[in-house]
Amino acid sequence: MADYQNLFTQVQAVGPSNLGVPLGDGHSPRTGTDLPQVHLFGRLGMPQIGPIYLGPLGIASIIFGVAAFNIIGFNMLAQVNWDIVQFVRQLFWLSLEPPAPQYGLSLPPLNQGGWWLMAGGFLTVSILLWWTRMYTRARALGMGTHVAWAFAAAIWLFLVLGFIRPVLMGSWSEAVPFGIFPHLDWTAAFSIRYGNLFYNPFHALSIAFLYGATLLFAMHGATILAVSRFGGERELEQIADRGTASERAALFWRWTMGFNATTESIHRWAWWFAVLCPLTGGIGILLTGTVVDNWFLWAVKHGVAPPYPLVFPPAVDPATLLQGVKP
Amino acid sequence: MSARTTSLWVALLAATTLLAGCERPPVDSVQRGFRGTGMELVYNPRTEARVAAANQVPLVTPPGDSDAGPKAKDIYKNVPLLGHLGVAEFTRYMAAITEWVSPQEGCNYCHDPANMGEDSKYTKVVARRMIEMTQHVNADWKPHVANTGVTCYTCHRGKAVPLQVWFKAPPQDLKSNFIGDRYGQNAPMQMVGLSSLTYDPYSLYLLGDQTIGIGAATALPTGHVASILHTEQTYGLMMHMSDSLGVNCTYCHNTRNFKTWEGAPPQRTTAWHGIRMARDLNNGYLEPLTKSFPANRLGPLGDVAKVNCATCHQGVYKPLYGAQMAKNYPVLLESASSAAKVADGLPPPMSEPTRSVLYFGVGSSTLEGEQAKGLILLIATLSAKPAAKASISGYHSASGELAANQQLAKDRAVKVRDSIVAAGIAPARVVLDKPLQAEANLSGEEPAARRVEVSVK
Repeated sequence: MADYQNLFTQVQAVGPSNLGVPLGDGHSPRTGTDLPQVHLFGRLGMPQIGPIYLGPLGIASIIFGVAAFNIIGFNMLAQVNWDIVQFVRQLFWLSLEPPAPQYGLSLPPLNQGGWWLMAGGFLTVSILLWWTRMYTRARALGMGTHVAWAFAAAIWLFLVLGFIRPVLMGSWSEAVPFGIFPHLDWTAAFSIRYGNLFYNPFHALSIAFLYGATLLFAMHGATILAVSRFGGERELEQIADRGTASERAALFWRWTMGFNATTESIHRWAWWFAVLCPLTGGIGILLTGTVVDNWFLWAVKHGVAPPYPLVFPPAVDPATLLQGVKP
Repeated sequence: MSARTTSLWVALLAATTLLAGCERPPVDSVQRGFRGTGMELVYNPRTEARVAAANQVPLVTPPGDSDAGPKAKDIYKNVPLLGHLGVAEFTRYMAAITEWVSPQEGCNYCHDPANMGEDSKYTKVVARRMIEMTQHVNADWKPHVANTGVTCYTCHRGKAVPLQVWFKAPPQDLKSNFIGDRYGQNAPMQMVGLSSLTYDPYSLYLLGDQTIGIGAATALPTGHVASILHTEQTYGLMMHMSDSLGVNCTYCHNTRNFKTWEGAPPQRTTAWHGIRMARDLNNGYLEPLTKSFPANRLGPLGDVAKVNCATCHQGVYKPLYGAQMAKNYPVLLESASSAAKVADGLPPPMSEPTRSVLYFGVGSSTLEGEQAKGLILLIATLSAKPAAKASISGYHSASGELAANQQLAKDRAVKVRDSIVAAGIAPARVVLDKPLQAEANLSGEEPAARRVEVSVK
């Protein structure tokens, strides 16, 4: 019998297309009935492509998303004088920057941040429409809306970074640029400006949930793969009717760490860890600059940052001493 | 080719593409702060070997007797800076400068062979000003160059124009200003370590004096304003410093908080003075020379070549690894202000209505000669202002044992206090004030550091 040896699915079930449950009244028809089956896709997951459901929300979302993408892309292309070769070479450095500090929250000229505002606005509309679509599609299938709410957690962080915090700070220039290296430089500069984000407890929580989520994902994925020989990958059946796969998996964890999640609860654990990562991260960003100006000094004040022995002779800001040199 | 081989090739190609910009391991790391705080310097031994080879000290001729033989000014015309030297020493300086600056072009790079004394070539005018600049650096910027000092070679390295100089970046041509403003950043520039930061931080910080510190001094907001853009500009300057010195952030900064000076290595103080030195040289010496240079030596905006950290450092934490070159060329250590120094090698005492500075000999806590006169002036000031109080702080130079030096600094302050009280000033009006940092220079024996400062309020 064929089995899984690595990341790729080696055996593919090929049969008639699965068109899904019937759509009720008030839904647009799905796109595609004669569905292609792609072998390469089948190596990663399901070989069948479609049927796709876009609907008005999906189409509107794509229109706004493409508009934002094009504004960013054409700004980058204009920055290299419409030279495609330079565009490719410098792509990681190029960026659409938010307005300069002097514009505050006012509407800047188009080329001095106006494009950024427009791209950000379009992207936000696109993402919110896509969220609505996720919600309504889940409802149309009679599912819960867990995926939409998990996505909402990510949208919260996106909005804090690009909209809520800049508005509270009174300046669009506080927001993140649209660029690959530039957004990383923004992150580093943000941490330096506000006294080291390492000492921001919400940043710490966010990282704990980030790493925690990957750890849980690894533990859960490994457990299920390890008991798939007993039918463990049929998780929903195992939840309702615990079989030997679940029992072995549970016992394995009790043996190794004294406690186990259940086949049902592990998914709640994973969902909450993943969702809390951007939720707490967003709180940490929101507090930075609005409520706390220097996280290191905040941590010293509250006994979070421990004192270390001084290794170097005490250094004092020369600006406060002026030892006979020109400032 | 089987599917497995194909995927292997794809993975290999992807890894090569992604890692092409990285330096290959292993790298060396040196711990220099308290354990666990990440105070580490990271060195790539292969880069170090290349940089070391490029930063060798040239052959140095030992100094002769500068008074031997007839004076240069009696033999040559138009030698205002070096005329007081004996002619043999003068010739040694000329040969050294030629070797440092224009080894291929020779003397005629600056001199008109028909008349060596003529200032007909711009290079001669510039060279004279550069000698003055070198003297200024060595005499007035000791907090940065200490007693090592600099010579022409520190920057020039056998090139008429130092390899690492900077010009103002031409502003982006925005055409109709419709689309594509780069905001002066987001270009892969070597000068900011290939980051996407502001690519002309020099105009802001090494010519202008934009505030460098961007961090807040209080935990909670108290009105301190520094935008992310401003932070990125400072960050760009710091990338330049890091790149120029071949060091990482922790060479100067505390890892926990870049702003705080507590726990920061002493190199940060040296660097602080270095930034101001570069700014001083650009504004005081180089910019004023703009009109002396021909157009082909100027930048795209018609500005003169200016200095930044890389001009001297060239990838090394101390230029030429701190080689003591300048001591062999004592004229370069002199300056106009050093003429004011009296025979004992001390600066003249400073006596102002609100502040006096008195200088001491090496290891001495006794005021002698001119310095004693300074003390008398101070006592006169205090007698004339019966309500004024004097606050006395003692300092010492960096050479010698720290504990003994601190005692010496204290003795100096006590001695001055006792002298003032002995002269009839009420003891309550004279207080000792221990300075935050008694050590006033970084290394060596520095006359200006051995002092007592008295502020009168």
